[in-house]
Amino acid sequence: MERQFDEDLKNLRALLMRMASLVEESITQAVLALKANDERAARQVLEREEEVNLLDIEVDGACLRLLALKQPMAGDLRFITSAMKIGEELERMGDLAVNIAERTLELIKLPPLKPLIDIPRMAALAQAMVRDVISAFVTGNEKLAREVCCRDDEVDELNDQIFRELLTYMMQDSGNIARAVGLILIGRHLERIADHATNIGEAVFYLVEGKTIKHHIETRDRKNIKLTC
Amino acid sequence: MSELLKIRTENLDFYYGAKQALKGVNLDCPEKRVTAIIGPSGCGKSTLIRTLNRMNDVIPGARAAGRVLIDGLDVLSPKMDVVELRRAVGMVFQKPNPFPKSIFDNIAYGLRINGLRDRQKLAEVVERSLRGAALWEEVKDRLRDNAFSLSGGQQQRLCIARALAVEPEVILFDEPCSAIDPIATAKIEELIFKLKETYTVVIVTHNMQQAARVSDFTAFMMLGEMVEYGRTDRIFTNPANKLTEDYITGRFG
Repeated sequence: MERQFDEDLKNLRALLMRMASLVEESITQAVLALKANDERAARQVLEREEEVNLLDIEVDGACLRLLALKQPMAGDLRFITSAMKIGEELERMGDLAVNIAERTLELIKLPPLKPLIDIPRMAALAQAMVRDVISAFVTGNEKLAREVCCRDDEVDELNDQIFRELLTYMMQDSGNIARAVGLILIGRHLERIADHATNIGEAVFYLVEGKTIKHHIETRDRKNIKLTC
Repeated sequence: MSELLKIRTENLDFYYGAKQALKGVNLDCPEKRVTAIIGPSGCGKSTLIRTLNRMNDVIPGARAAGRVLIDGLDVLSPKMDVVELRRAVGMVFQKPNPFPKSIFDNIAYGLRINGLRDRQKLAEVVERSLRGAALWEEVKDRLRDNAFSLSGGQQQRLCIARALAVEPEVILFDEPCSAIDPIATAKIEELIFKLKETYTVVIVTHNMQQAARVSDFTAFMMLGEMVEYGRTDRIFTNPANKLTEDYITGRFG
């Protein structure tokens, strides 16, 4: 039986997809701006923020309305609570893309510290996570959602590596500090983007399976709290 | 499930003449918990609850097969003392059905037919029962008024008090809120929540939100069969059966 409620859910899904595609584009452009010293791309990221914020508010309102007026149950309920969470995570990712664009605008004014190698690699990993987790949400693919979560460790390791490397530049010459800090922050922003993609992956898994995989709760070894992926 | 079992049905079949209303139903109701039975009209939920204290006995051509165990005793056995069974397993119906008597006499009725004559004792039980049904404060100054002078919601709580007076162990609610307004409904739901400190409660309801609000366990029935049974929080967030999901999300009615 087709319900009026299905139409409401479809609209909510469309809002989230619109938000996801804007955020994905912002991340892509922020990374592009950094790699190609493209000031115009960086500015476009800043301009897009407002639209993402407005969508965030719209998603929140839609979810709250549906909870209050339709008293959803089971899969419907999981969809709406997950949508609230995913909306919030996307909004945070959008903010981080803006942060990367802002750092980039500062770095563009300075001569390059070094050729960028690990940051673009990390950016590619984080972007793939974002792309795949959105696809997992759209297609209800819980396996892909979980798999995305497992990739987070790789991003974290690259971030640590970038930090260590840039630390040596700062120790060599205090004139490097401003640029190195800029790059460290960008690494940190990318790492956080991957974290938010992981959170979305967990929300999608819960949405589809009704089970939580947050904090590796299901694979936790009780004795020594060993985490496995 | 680490719960103490109060009621268990085993392969319970029930027939109205040739029509089979229950098909091999297995239901467990843990002690001092609320178990809700939900399902579309005609699914057998009222039949099931009425089998628990043999209210269906009076229907010509009705018969049951299988077992209904309360504290391990088979309720369907011909040796069962049905009057004692219905004292231990009280029931509250869809429409409030007070006797055409005073508020006091409604509560005292069951005690009197059980031979209690002591006025002091009767007054004590009446007060305790009305307090138990969260009605005392509203009626304590008008106990001699006719029960029909009460509002619908108050009448329903009077019926609950009447059931409490004979000190039952189980209380069955068959759609207890379908004839009363939302505020009275909220009061009954609060009351059910309190009742489970002392009694085992089984409630049949068409109102899914009500089942979700008041119960600890939920059974979903369809066409005389038990489709799914489990903890209420799981049934309403992550049902295992597609039919349950479709029913509670309103995909069929």
